Amino acid sequence: MRGILQILTEEWTTSLPGWVQALLRALLLVLPLLILVPGLIWLERRLLSWMQDRIGPNRVGPKGLLQPIADGVKLFFKEDITPSHIDRFIYFIAPAIALFPAFAIGGTLPWGPLYWLTPVADVNIGILYMLAISSLGVYGVVLAGYGSDNKYSLMGGLRASAQLISYELAMGMSLAAIVLATGSLKMTSIVYLQQQPLWDTVNILQNWFIFTPFGFISAVIFLICMVAETNRAPFDLPEAENELIAGYHTEYSSMKFAVFFMGEYAAMFVFSGVFAAIFLGGYNLLPIRWEVLSELAPSLAGFCRFMEWMNVNFSWLWFLGKCAFGICVYIWIRATLPRLRYDQLMSLGWRSLLPIAVTNFMLVALWMVVSRVYGPANGWISYFVGAIIFAIGYSNVTSASRRAKGDTLEQRGITMTDGGARRTIEVIK
Amino acid sequence: MLPEQITPGLLVFAAMGGIAALAALGVILFPNAVRSALCLVLNFFVLAGLYFTLGAELLGITQIVVYTGAIMVLFLFVIMLLNLAAPQQLNEKGDIKKPLGVVMGLGMLALILAQLQVAIGKDFGPRSEANFGTPEVVGRTLFTLYAFPLEIVGILLVVGIVGSILLAKRKI
Amino acid sequence: MQGVPLFAYIALALFMFTVGTVGVIIRRNPIVIFMCVELMLNAVNLTFLAFARYMPAMALQHNAAQRAQSQMAGQMMVIFVMAVAAAEVAVGLGIIMAIYRLRENIDIDELNLLKG
Repeated sequence: MRGILQILTEEWTTSLPGWVQALLRALLLVLPLLILVPGLIWLERRLLSWMQDRIGPNRVGPKGLLQPIADGVKLFFKEDITPSHIDRFIYFIAPAIALFPAFAIGGTLPWGPLYWLTPVADVNIGILYMLAISSLGVYGVVLAGYGSDNKYSLMGGLRASAQLISYELAMGMSLAAIVLATGSLKMTSIVYLQQQPLWDTVNILQNWFIFTPFGFISAVIFLICMVAETNRAPFDLPEAENELIAGYHTEYSSMKFAVFFMGEYAAMFVFSGVFAAIFLGGYNLLPIRWEVLSELAPSLAGFCRFMEWMNVNFSWLWFLGKCAFGICVYIWIRATLPRLRYDQLMSLGWRSLLPIAVTNFMLVALWMVVSRVYGPANGWISYFVGAIIFAIGYSNVTSASRRAKGDTLEQRGITMTDGGARRTIEVIK
Repeated sequence: MLPEQITPGLLVFAAMGGIAALAALGVILFPNAVRSALCLVLNFFVLAGLYFTLGAELLGITQIVVYTGAIMVLFLFVIMLLNLAAPQQLNEKGDIKKPLGVVMGLGMLALILAQLQVAIGKDFGPRSEANFGTPEVVGRTLFTLYAFPLEIVGILLVVGIVGSILLAKRKI
Repeated sequence: MQGVPLFAYIALALFMFTVGTVGVIIRRNPIVIFMCVELMLNAVNLTFLAFARYMPAMALQHNAAQRAQSQMAGQMMVIFVMAVAAAEVAVGLGIIMAIYRLRENIDIDELNLLKG
């Protein structure tokens, strides 16, 4: 269905010369990131303070909305201190590298069904491209850590590189399950496939991957991994302030620090967008197939047509809303969970997320084969049976290894009594 | 051997090839290991671009994922770990080997170049199908004709993982 | 790409390979030597891909299956080289770390215990 905006923009954009079109699409890439990042900072501080029962910044402008601008002005006019023994080239290039991946990935986010609503190019290998570029983000952190000539910074960079390698794997495997199910690496065709009937049976709802069992598991793993890849709490070990002062950006001040800050928030935004596109139905407002609903309930036909029109014409708005939702989840996680210990971080990535993601991947393959040969119901049964077998085996293996290592609560001398009211904790060794 | 006329494609190739060649030189000329590693990252990144110009889009992106995204991060990790433990270890001194090595390298370059002049005639042209590097085509070939080598490589990777874990463990 | 002769790709690959070889000879830091090996592997990869894309004119006389095979073989080799390189890096860096832990020194010229 062609909406008014669609016709307007299609004819308007195709009548423009090529370089104007290119410029407009580049602005579509840059502007949301540049405009939204200060807003994100405000949102994070206000939301966090609300969650922690504080007030937060409320002095500059209405509700403190101008606080990011004030902060920005302050950062610009601060003295730019450059330490003396640094590796100057690496020190200066690191913030720029930190900013690069967010913008590079932002170029492939699908803001709507039209081709020009994908800012740069809807590349055929969209998901692989996303994985490839997101893995470059760590260079900014690692180089900042190395270039600052500071042990704390260096340790921050080291942690970041180890963390990224560990979580990149689980992220890739969780996305591989989705790619296997859709048969496409292209962002828009993944969104398109999410508009099909839910589980291939419920005609009225859309098949957003977060509603399917394998998609839900993938979504949880991807969410954890994306928090880890953007170095956000509870995975912000590279900048753990109680251990490493400020980690990799200890030696950075003024503008260069602001660039790191911006890179982090832009990455948050972009990863939320990727999450929305792959798991939350992309630019669709609600997981309802309006044209099917209007056939089922003719009395609602007008409403359905209106909703369909809204869905097509304001696709960018719904996508933006889903990005905002993702960012709120980021902030929510930060407000809720304490920072992980380093060994916990590693064992979460390697011993929990990776096996679960790989198993999910294999079960999706099983589900596809069985449902193609024996029908969809048998496919789901085989998926769940496989998942239960894995869960039993996995819990056996982990508890056995914990027993072998002497890591159970009893062996560590910790006895928990009922309700946690009385705890006796003895420290062994 | 030489192109008849200068096309935009040639200019793009010249730019990317020039960066790749300079970065390759940088790998061996910088005394600092981190800068060498950075040059190598740049080289691999530009190489991915060259793979794209050859039409091998899947391999280009795989190059970024595998080399710049994983292998070079690992290299940087190890360099920085050693740097943290012993900062002066990684600096190098001059040696007689250096000029000798350069001479030998140049000799090898000249020898192979002389052979290439004969071997590559003018009749080579970009004659592959346009889609020969897409994921579908590569995947279909990889999992049919090359399924057995793929399995062997899988076993090799598992052995590599187990071996590196054994090497890294302080006590087994 | 339009207008780029095969020789350009091969020459670039040859240059990178030579640089890698020289690097292996003249550097003493095992990590940099390792990186030079990676450079050589990548030079070879570029050659494989260039030859996968560029074919001699007589390839046009082959049938479709033969041509498909000849244009895929290079890419397959590149995939295997990448996998082998990944395994090699994991094991090799593990060895370097183990040597460092043992000797507190990773200068390649002083690791001469196997001389006999």
